[in-house]
Amino acid sequence: MKQIVVISGKGGTGKTMLLSSFAALAKNKVLVDCDVDASNLHLMLDPKRLKKELFFGGKKAHINKNKCVSCGLCKKLCRYGAITEDLKIDEFLCEGCGFCKEACEYSAIEMKDNLSGEWYVSSSKYGPFVHARLRPAEESSGKLIARIKQEAKDIAIRDGLDYILADGPPGIGCPVMASLTGADTALIVTEPTLSGMHDMERATEITEHFKIPSKVVINKSDINPDNTKSIEAACEKKGIEVIGRIPFSESIVRSLVARTPPILGDSADIKQAICEIWEKIQ
Amino acid sequence: MMICITSQGDTLESQVDPRFGRCAYFVFADTATGKFEAVKNPNLEATGGAGPQSAQLAASKGAKKVLTGNVGPNAMSTLAAAGIEVVTGVSGTVKEALANSK
Amino acid sequence: MIVSIASGKGGTGKTTVAVNLAALLGDVQFLDCDVEEPNAHIFLKPSIGKTDLATVLFPYFDKTKCVFCGKCSGACQYNAIAVLPANIAFFEHMCHGCGVCTYVCPEGAVTEREKEIGRILSGSAGKINFIGGRMNSGEILSAMLIKTMKELIDPSRTVLIDAPPGTSCQFVSAVHGSDYCILVSEPTPFGVNDFLLAAEALEKLKIPYGLVLNRADIGNDEIRDICARKNIRILMEIPFDMEIARLYSVGEMFLEKMPQYKEKFKAMFEIISEITKK
Repeated sequence: MKQIVVISGKGGTGKTMLLSSFAALAKNKVLVDCDVDASNLHLMLDPKRLKKELFFGGKKAHINKNKCVSCGLCKKLCRYGAITEDLKIDEFLCEGCGFCKEACEYSAIEMKDNLSGEWYVSSSKYGPFVHARLRPAEESSGKLIARIKQEAKDIAIRDGLDYILADGPPGIGCPVMASLTGADTALIVTEPTLSGMHDMERATEITEHFKIPSKVVINKSDINPDNTKSIEAACEKKGIEVIGRIPFSESIVRSLVARTPPILGDSADIKQAICEIWEKIQ
Repeated sequence: MMICITSQGDTLESQVDPRFGRCAYFVFADTATGKFEAVKNPNLEATGGAGPQSAQLAASKGAKKVLTGNVGPNAMSTLAAAGIEVVTGVSGTVKEALANSK
Repeated sequence: MIVSIASGKGGTGKTTVAVNLAALLGDVQFLDCDVEEPNAHIFLKPSIGKTDLATVLFPYFDKTKCVFCGKCSGACQYNAIAVLPANIAFFEHMCHGCGVCTYVCPEGAVTEREKEIGRILSGSAGKINFIGGRMNSGEILSAMLIKTMKELIDPSRTVLIDAPPGTSCQFVSAVHGSDYCILVSEPTPFGVNDFLLAAEALEKLKIPYGLVLNRADIGNDEIRDICARKNIRILMEIPFDMEIARLYSVGEMFLEKMPQYKEKFKAMFEIISEITKK
């Protein structure tokens, strides 16, 4: 079983476009969308939900006003600025650490489970699909990602599947690290813009940090050929193989609008480019 | 010696659970007295850190050896810090695992 | 006035809108809170006068004083501490630096040390006061870094915040306390989906917002229909233009080369100023 995770550093470089195409190409796989706070893969897969689970990602503090004597100790101790001037919990800033509860001499603070999202197992025409939805403005995305990846792994073992294909989130922080845990290959999708290059550099730092073999795909490779060359040079220096270049194409936009993987779109060039990438990564 | 086996159920006939931190039960078997105790894993629903917490539990029960399928890196370092020997790749029933470990 | 620029989905043009607006307004404070993947400096090209380390306090366990009572482990909500019969194991990458372990330890065996999680760069580009955050790779506490950056906000000025993508904790840390949020999206199914998630988050946070529709002529009209139905203001539309894409790719601000957009940006900012006055 091989686990392939698509990441990018910078958002909007074409992770989901590429992963949905792999979904259409690969046989015997389970799909998982690790971008739990702005997931998109489901838009391409038209999933039928089989199972839904609630996800409690952590706790939040609650102040019982009847017991509170307004001493203000909790406000002084909280390092997240989550207790307001009038001694209320700002639920958006509370990290659920429980310091206030431990410190309160009047037992006025309680930690309550916080429903932070839900996750689903679905069927799709490309195979089983595990995905999630973090409630907006919630935290614990890393833990939710760990949970759905475990589920995908259990399905892969149960059904004897060859691949776990994971669509990763942007950035290089905790959600990305959670997505990369256990990956056999990280596929980094970048674009030939200074931002894309800068972010790819940061993404490779993460894959190197976790010693995960990585490969690079340059999307929209023709919008700035000089930058594309610089990316290739930078990758060569780091010993990372550039396994594909996908030109800018309106065909991809049309496919996304039609909610179908671009590999099934109307451009032969795009099809060929993506097929070659899949050949090289599998 | 106290041996901890990760188990899918609470009897000696249960299958070994391949997961350490998120196994269903821990079976603690005392080879000196022949007594055993099954403990439901309280860390099953932990959102993070199930491995180290499970290792902490095993250590608090006096385990000197763990028999299981797989151990994550955090659990492994915690077990090492507790001086507990770890045997991975164990399968079959808890009883068989115990017999084979002798 | 604090205006944040966010998007839900990455790569929709958030930074483009933020830096061009900053350049147009000139006298602003600009915070790049996309600390995982900061890009605004590529366009604003600030001269950096000062680099500060952003630190959090992490516990240090003195095993000679520890009596292995387990109070710290019991209090830690992140399961970052395992207390063993004669040893203690601490998992730094799970620690949120809250300090409760130090507080509950009856033996004074837990002290705290500063740990660097990232850097804060301060400088200027013309009249723009630039503050950029950069999280160290392998770190998880981006929300703490953003919070530290926001302590540098000068409330007497116009403040622009370039927020990270997504709708979770770091997005919340960045936009929290804003008077207005500009959401940048594009008229594709992905753009619509993520715009609605970000909008829902902003409604929870009670921050007024409007939409800048980038690459407005690709895709379809779904996002416009939704905005009309939900009474969400479309602040500005920017069509897809190879020249904008090219200027972006080389790190240039398109407003300088394409002055026809200046009036649109000005009009947008006037609308926002009006709304936030109320």
